[in-house]
Amino acid sequence: MEMTYALCVGILTTCGIFLALRGRTFPVVVGLTLLSYAVNLFLFASGRLNVEDAAVLMDEATQYTDPLPQALVLTAIVIGFAMTAFAVILAMRARADLGNDHVDGRLPSITDESSNKERP
Amino acid sequence: MNLIWVPLLPLLGTLVPLLTERGGRTLCAWATALLPALSLMIILSHAPSVLSGATLKSALPWIPALDLELAFRLDGLGLLFSLLILGIGLLVILYARYYLSPKDSMGRFYCYLILFMTAMLGIVLSNNLIQLWVFWELTSISSFLLISFWSDKREARRGARMALTVTGAGGMALLAGILLIGNVVGSYSLDQVLASTIQIRESGYYPAILVLMLLGAFTKSAQFPFHFWLPHAMAAPTPVSAYLHSATMVKAGIFLLARFYPVLSGTDMWFLIVSLTGLTTLLLGAYFALFKHDLKGLLAYSTISHLGLITLLLGMDTKLAAVAAVFHIINHATFKASLFMAAGIIDHESGSRDMRKLNGLWKYMPYTATLAMVAASSMAGVPLLNGFLSKEMFFSETLHQSTLGSLSWIVPVLATCGGVFSVAYSLRFIHDVFFNGEPIDLPRTPHEPPRYMKLPVEILVALCLLVGILPGYVIGDLLNSASSAVLQGLVPSYSLAIWHGLNLPLAMSTVALIGGLLIYYNRRVLFQFQAQFPEKDAKEVFESLMQSIIAGCRWLNERLENGSLQRYLMLMLLLTIALTAAPMMSLNQTTGSRPQLPADGVTITGAALLILGALATVIWHRKRMIALLTLSIVGLIVSVTFARFSAPDLALTQLSVEVVTIILLMLALFFLPQRTPKESSPHQMMRDLALSAAVGGVVGTLCYALMTRPFHSISEFFLANSKTGGGGTNVVNVILVDFRGFDTLGEITVLGIAALGIFKLINRMRLFMPAGDERGRPWSDDRYPMILAVVSQLLLPLALLVSVYIFLRGHNMPGGGFIAGLITSVAIIQQYVAHGVDFIKDRLKLNYQWLIGSGLLIAMMTGLGSWVAGRPFLTSWFDHFHLPLIGDFELASAMLFDLGVYLTVIGATLLILANLGKLTTAERPVLTKEEL
Repeated sequence: MEMTYALCVGILTTCGIFLALRGRTFPVVVGLTLLSYAVNLFLFASGRLNVEDAAVLMDEATQYTDPLPQALVLTAIVIGFAMTAFAVILAMRARADLGNDHVDGRLPSITDESSNKERP
Repeated sequence: MNLIWVPLLPLLGTLVPLLTERGGRTLCAWATALLPALSLMIILSHAPSVLSGATLKSALPWIPALDLELAFRLDGLGLLFSLLILGIGLLVILYARYYLSPKDSMGRFYCYLILFMTAMLGIVLSNNLIQLWVFWELTSISSFLLISFWSDKREARRGARMALTVTGAGGMALLAGILLIGNVVGSYSLDQVLASTIQIRESGYYPAILVLMLLGAFTKSAQFPFHFWLPHAMAAPTPVSAYLHSATMVKAGIFLLARFYPVLSGTDMWFLIVSLTGLTTLLLGAYFALFKHDLKGLLAYSTISHLGLITLLLGMDTKLAAVAAVFHIINHATFKASLFMAAGIIDHESGSRDMRKLNGLWKYMPYTATLAMVAASSMAGVPLLNGFLSKEMFFSETLHQSTLGSLSWIVPVLATCGGVFSVAYSLRFIHDVFFNGEPIDLPRTPHEPPRYMKLPVEILVALCLLVGILPGYVIGDLLNSASSAVLQGLVPSYSLAIWHGLNLPLAMSTVALIGGLLIYYNRRVLFQFQAQFPEKDAKEVFESLMQSIIAGCRWLNERLENGSLQRYLMLMLLLTIALTAAPMMSLNQTTGSRPQLPADGVTITGAALLILGALATVIWHRKRMIALLTLSIVGLIVSVTFARFSAPDLALTQLSVEVVTIILLMLALFFLPQRTPKESSPHQMMRDLALSAAVGGVVGTLCYALMTRPFHSISEFFLANSKTGGGGTNVVNVILVDFRGFDTLGEITVLGIAALGIFKLINRMRLFMPAGDERGRPWSDDRYPMILAVVSQLLLPLALLVSVYIFLRGHNMPGGGFIAGLITSVAIIQQYVAHGVDFIKDRLKLNYQWLIGSGLLIAMMTGLGSWVAGRPFLTSWFDHFHLPLIGDFELASAMLFDLGVYLTVIGATLLILANLGKLTTAERPVLTKEEL
């Protein structure tokens, strides 16, 4: 189970970072969202994986999950939403004020060999 | 009066010249002199007690916990330096009144000068090392301003820059040394540091401390190999040279050596470094001084040589050498300041400082010539003058030291050589300028200066004579008290007399005098010899070095910071890999000892879906709408994962956030291009893939290694105290609103700020409003589908009921303010989607900014409420009550706090989404029939 979980975290991180390295704002925001899933899962896993342990104090329970990473991740999810919202609105504003949606605020110049060859 | 006033009065005095400048030159000079004169009086009033052995202290505490205070202390050494700084400073003020031409801004000049005076006083009186360093830097800055006073001259600008760079770099070294000392001693107080000699000497940091402190001292006092800035600082107006580059600033380095002499000296390392540096500087300065044709250049190199002499004295292993050093500090300050002033008079009255042109001035200015000749003789070490006494002590000490072991005989020999050249250049100063034929095409006919311009020179020359003839009466007490401060103990007995009988030091003096005469007589041979060496201008070398450093930095900067955010991100990720991969390689085993859970079919299916969703998002990322849909699959699986691994609170939160996020991204996508152009080259794609796979690999491995290792968590505490201390069985919620309530308060504040920031960004945005979808089809006329409108209206009360239930049970069962707030938001957003902004605006009169504000206020007031009960901030309270019909229930102050969280979350979420939604609906362009 741990191996599967770690694999998911690794793939989410890879996908998130790959998208965050793109040149347009929207893929970057999507990448950041994927990355924040990965980070939250990672933080959550620091309490180790438990399937049957109790999450709430009960008389009959003997084993409990670690509540601390859960509390941390809970606020991280909410703050992560605020961050995503801010980034995407900033992207909108940048497109409105600068006229394009490139992360640098300007389109790569024509002389830049890496870009113009690919442009349809 | 309090010691603090001594530097404080001149500091206030920096404003005086600027205010009185309009009142005329004489008024300005007198007014400027007033406050330093008061300081001098304060110092003099304390002098008797200091001379009798007392150390005066005075401090203003600032941050006691960090050992930071404004602390001053006056002992013998401080007294000596304060007298030099204030005394010579006042003379320089008087002198500059006549020296500056009407074109120069007198107010600005005096302002810098007094600022410099303040800084020097601060150095010599500080009782705190950090404070000392601040004043030290202030001298570098004010001397930069003074050297570049004639900023229209290229030479002045370059000289000033060079001085600032060298002394500033030394200042950095000094700061590092001071921090190390503070680390070793545990205090920055000078009193404590001076009392911790053994502690410092035996600490492993001693070599580093010594080298750093010496770097600071040597750069400031122009010791070899940092001597080159001093001659170029001569581009400053001559009063500045007289003050800074003979009497004070360069002496700050010497002061530092003397101040820390009791702590740092006494080791072989100190003796070797300090004495060899001093000896080299002494010889180098004396030799090159002879070949300078510029009057001030000669004096500058002679200053370097004399500073080397003092350093050498401090680096010798006898106590009397330290006394001699202190004595020479006084003597050098008096004769060198007067010589610079005399050189300034000559320059001022004849228009030139070139000794090849200046000849035979005796006929034109006999009075000034006499004064200059007396001072120059003192510099050469002629008997009956103060320079002779300290030089005699110096020679005598070179014979008594054993710094270099069996090679120690070399020191007196080389010292005598230095003495020979010192006589030769002094002789050149006298003979070349005042005799040696007639002046050669000088710009103006030389004549005596105004009466009061000579007064400062007269006073200083009189002091040279007085000290030289009656040393014991004039200077004995001061020298004794300053020396005991340097040695931090008893001063060995010595006698200040002119005649010590026929002995070896006298013979050395005689050799120096005769040798100097011979060398000067045969100077042509030497000049020819020296002319064979190509002359290197230190300024050019320095400038080209600086230029190449700047070019190097620019090159590096352009490589690293080319304006591409993608590049920055890539560099940061590379660094992350470098920093994390290295420690992970030293991890022997990836799998830890913790027993692992068996994988089951459901989990594998979920994982497969998650991975497929993530990959699909990447593959279709250029078709943005599709990427959004696949992204929502990933989010959904993440929520299920939380539920699977016993985290119901997280599952609920993730699920509701997921809804809000996807709606938000869809709304935003409306204003952004629907597709991403293909612009990354295959090469770039491969690079990014490799990089992200590497980071993902590291993170995944780390996660696996972490999960498979056993651990001890601090959560035991929370589990044990949640019910009894926090009154709730849902430990996650109790942590959020009680144990770590302060963190949560911070987090909802951030949430509120982010929402307000977004609100401002949306405000007045000029939008790209597409009239149709990407294929050009117009938007549907049917804005709000009937079925959705009806169903959502029915759902609203139910959704609100659920959210209230989730909120109320949060303390004991999964739920709480965050989740309830999100559910309420989703319910209201659904109404927006189904009915439009206008419909909601008429029915729901909620101001979301107010909602955020009141939420934060409630959370804050709950925290403050515990102050009323005399408890720390955010201490929670709870109790159980019984009501008929309802039964037992619990009330907790944490509930109120959670209400604050609830309101803030609703306010923030709706402020963001409703405002964004308003943009799409308010002025949606409608295509007319013709356009269709």
